[in-house]
This record gives sequence, structure tokens and C-alpha cells, in this order.
Amino acid sequence: MHVYADNAATTKMSPVAINAMLPYFDKIYGNPSSLHSVGQEAREALDAARDTVAACLGCESREIIFTSGGSEADNQAIISAARIGARKNKKHIITTAFEHHAVLHTLNKLEKEGFEVTYLDVRKGHNITAQQVADAIREDTCLVTVMYANNEIGSVLPIAEIGAVCRQRGVLFHTDAVQAAGHIHINVKEQNIDMLSLSGHKFHGPKGVGALYARRGIALVNVIEGGAQERGKRGGTENIAGICGMAAALKDACDHIDENMPRVAAMRDRLIEGLSRIPHCALNGDRVNRLPGNVSFCFEGIEGESLLLLLDAKGVCASSGSACTSGSLDPSHVLLAIGRVHDVAHGSLRLSLCEYNTDEEVDHILKVVPEVVSYLRNMSPVWRDLQTGKRQYIL
Amino acid sequence: MALYSEKVMDHFMHPRNVGSIEDASGVGEVGNAKCGDIMKIYLKIENDIIQDVKFETFGCGSAIASSSMATEMIMGKSIHEALALTNQAVCEALDGLPAHKVHCSVLAEEAIKNALKDYFDKNGIPYDAEKFKETDHDELHAQVHGE
Repeated sequence: MHVYADNAATTKMSPVAINAMLPYFDKIYGNPSSLHSVGQEAREALDAARDTVAACLGCESREIIFTSGGSEADNQAIISAARIGARKNKKHIITTAFEHHAVLHTLNKLEKEGFEVTYLDVRKGHNITAQQVADAIREDTCLVTVMYANNEIGSVLPIAEIGAVCRQRGVLFHTDAVQAAGHIHINVKEQNIDMLSLSGHKFHGPKGVGALYARRGIALVNVIEGGAQERGKRGGTENIAGICGMAAALKDACDHIDENMPRVAAMRDRLIEGLSRIPHCALNGDRVNRLPGNVSFCFEGIEGESLLLLLDAKGVCASSGSACTSGSLDPSHVLLAIGRVHDVAHGSLRLSLCEYNTDEEVDHILKVVPEVVSYLRNMSPVWRDLQTGKRQYIL
Repeated sequence: MALYSEKVMDHFMHPRNVGSIEDASGVGEVGNAKCGDIMKIYLKIENDIIQDVKFETFGCGSAIASSSMATEMIMGKSIHEALALTNQAVCEALDGLPAHKVHCSVLAEEAIKNALKDYFDKNGIPYDAEKFKETDHDELHAQVHGE
């Protein structure tokens, strides 16, 4: 059996999305900036895609800018808010300690330019509260940027409450909704969201395309300089096929949230319940406010990369936040931010499901994960020391 | 998976000499859990010959494969031959490791040296301490994976 349980990394494209893209490779291949009919046909497709994405988010079409993906959208939103703030001498930004690197690294760059960044503590409940945001806002705060849902541990943040706080205090609010869009109902107007980033390939759309919603009146700064595309805010000939594929995928996902969410969440809960029976493990992330497809655990005494390789050999594609899989010295900053120590953060496993997964696949995962964990523990000197009392259990 | 050679995958999927030796002549352990890899080597030595060797490893695929290969390379050899085992030799025997995984083979070499040192210490056999200098693994890891 082959089980793809890494949907937070990327998803399989839906037939709806693939079919929506096909005409734009060799039939309606014009440049939307061209005056002739072939170009204007592409222009119409682009406009229609923008209407679709706007309808899914509850905003106006002119408030949507197409980008190369979630990272570019995050970069542009944050840089724009920082420039707006700097003009008013407001150079303080609030975020969380477990944001995606597209947000954190952009903020690091701004810190070097003299901005001050407050990283909200995410240890309690593996989440934040709107009160934490309210308490952190200062006179010189120009932006609150917090993710809608965490990619590694699945916590869904109280976005509407945070939006209300920011609106009341007159601070711009951006949310990286890459993991949430298409999976959870979003309405930027009702939730008082000023800017939002999303990425096509996280909801069965294509890679290399994303969108930034920016409320009317927010002066965006270009990340890509060029022609007059995207109202002059993002240069470069539009990726029409990608944009149409993403729009179709987003609409399809949003249309089916109410049926997909409970089914995926039920599979998630079965995995969480089953894997919790493995001794000396801990669930990562908010238990209640959680993405429907996210399962994240730390298993003491083993290392994540070997866990992934063995699971792959048994037909399960998953991911981990261990140092050896992140390619850096430290394990995932998200796991460290929620308070997991290095020793156990190395033994993390993330399974991320979608509506394509089946109950039989969940059964298979529930069979092989305990086998592999136990196999690796049996060859681990750390596990031996834990068992013989030479080392104290952390979990 | 293209990350590793077939040899590495073979030794990872079917590791040789996994386990422990109750009455080991020498035991060596290197690395730390914070870094994400620990290797422990058990040696059974008779008449200067390694009669048996077992390992336990907490770590990634290449750490397990390096331990397995290293134990296979010293099984039945003299302690002098085992002392001469280098991480490069382990790497070559595995048909190479990705650059950021080479330190796993260093751990294997050092774990064996550490076990031999333990054997020498227990039996009052004199040795050149210079040959048993251990790498600072936090530092090595930082060099290899550094930001």
C-alpha cells in the first residue's frame, strides 16, 4: 500500500485544477497585456480567476494580486507594511515564534534595518491568544503578522479575535494563510484581515503560484519590479495557466469544505488516538483548534530521518522536524518554540492528510508507525538508557 | 531514495551486528542526543582479535548505515587493524555519503576507537593518548550543518 500523508508539504493536483489549466498552454496562450484578441482572451481568463479567488476570500477582485507563491506574498505584505510604518516612524512588528521562514526571515531582514520585532510565546497550548497580541501592541506598532494555521503542528490561531484587536487599535494585520486556505472557511472582511497570503499547491492546485490579498488603500511595495501587470504591484507576464489552475482548485476546495473537513478530521482523530498509545510520545499542537489534516508527534529515543526512511520503505510518505531532515544544526524552530527540547524534537513525525486519503490508509499508518518506532527504539542507545533508568524520560 | 547510495540503504534497511554484548571487553559511546546522533559500540576481544562486535545507534539513516558498515569492517580483525579504521574508509565502503552526512562516518570511527580505549584502560594496556582525541561533536555538527 502506498500512502501519501505529506499534504502540508504539497498536494496532488485535482482533475478540476488540471483541466482548468490545459487551455492556457496551447489554445489561449496570449499575453494578457496584448491588445489583440488572443491576448484579450487570456485577459478575460485572468479577470475571471481573480473574481473567483476574491469570492473565496470574501473580498473585492481588485484586492487580489497574483504572485509566484506563498513566500512571495508573505515577503510583499510584510515589506509593504514596514514601509508604511516607517513613514510614520512606527517600526515595531508583532509576530509569533512559530511562523514560516518566509515570514521570519523577512522580519530578520527588517530587524537589521532597525525594526523591532516581538515574537509571541507559543508554549501555552501551542497557540497564542488575542490578549497576547493586545498586550504586545505599542504606539509604534505598524504590523501584526501571525499565521492562520501552523504548517508543522496544525494549531489554528484565533484569527477573527486578533483581527478585531488590530482593527480596534489601528494596526495593520497580515496572516499567512498558506495552510488554511481551502481547508477552513475564511472571510477577510468579517475577520478584519488586512492582508493574507495563500499558495496554490496546498489545496490541489499547481506549484509556483499564489496570491496576496491586500485591503483597498494599503500601498503595496513591489518585490518584483517590471511592467504594469497586477496594477503595477507585481511585474512579469502573468502565469495564466497556473493562476487559472489555482483559482479552480481554490473554488473546488472552498465549495467542499463542509463535507471534507469532518471526514478528514475524523481520520486525523483516529490517527491521534491510535498513535497516542505508543509509550513516551507527545502530540504537538493545539488539540482543539487544529487543522483537519494535521497529526504531529514527538517520539522519545528515536531520530526522525531514520523514521521517515523506514516509513517510506513501508509505503508511507511523511515528514519530520529533525535536524537531519531540516538540513541545519537545529531541529525545527516550531518544535523548539512550543517548548520541545532538542532530544525529543529530533524524534518528530508529521502526518498530514487530505480528502484523498482513506480509512484503509489510516489503518496502514496505524499498523506501521508503532512497528517502526519500536524497531528504532530497540537499536537506540538512548532508549536503552531510558529503559534502564540511566536517563530520565522527558515525555 | 536518491539521497543515499544503494550500499547505504542496504546497511540502513538491513543493519548488521545490531545489539549489545553483555560481557563486552570494551564499550565506546560518542555523540549526544541534542545533536541527534549517538553511537555505542560493544567489542568482544580475545588474543587481540575482535571476536564479536555489536552496535546501538540513535540517529539518521546514514548514522545507522555507518555503524553497520564499520562493525562489519572490523569483525574478526586485530585490534591494530581496528585502530587503523578511518572514517574515509567507512565512507568509501558505503559508496560515499552526502557532504552533510560525512560526520556520521566520523562518529563510527570514534565510537570504535572509544571502545578500544575502554578495553586498553580496563586491561592496563598502554596507548598513545594522542590517537584518541575526540572531536567536539557540537562543533563538528555546526561546521557540517551550520547556518
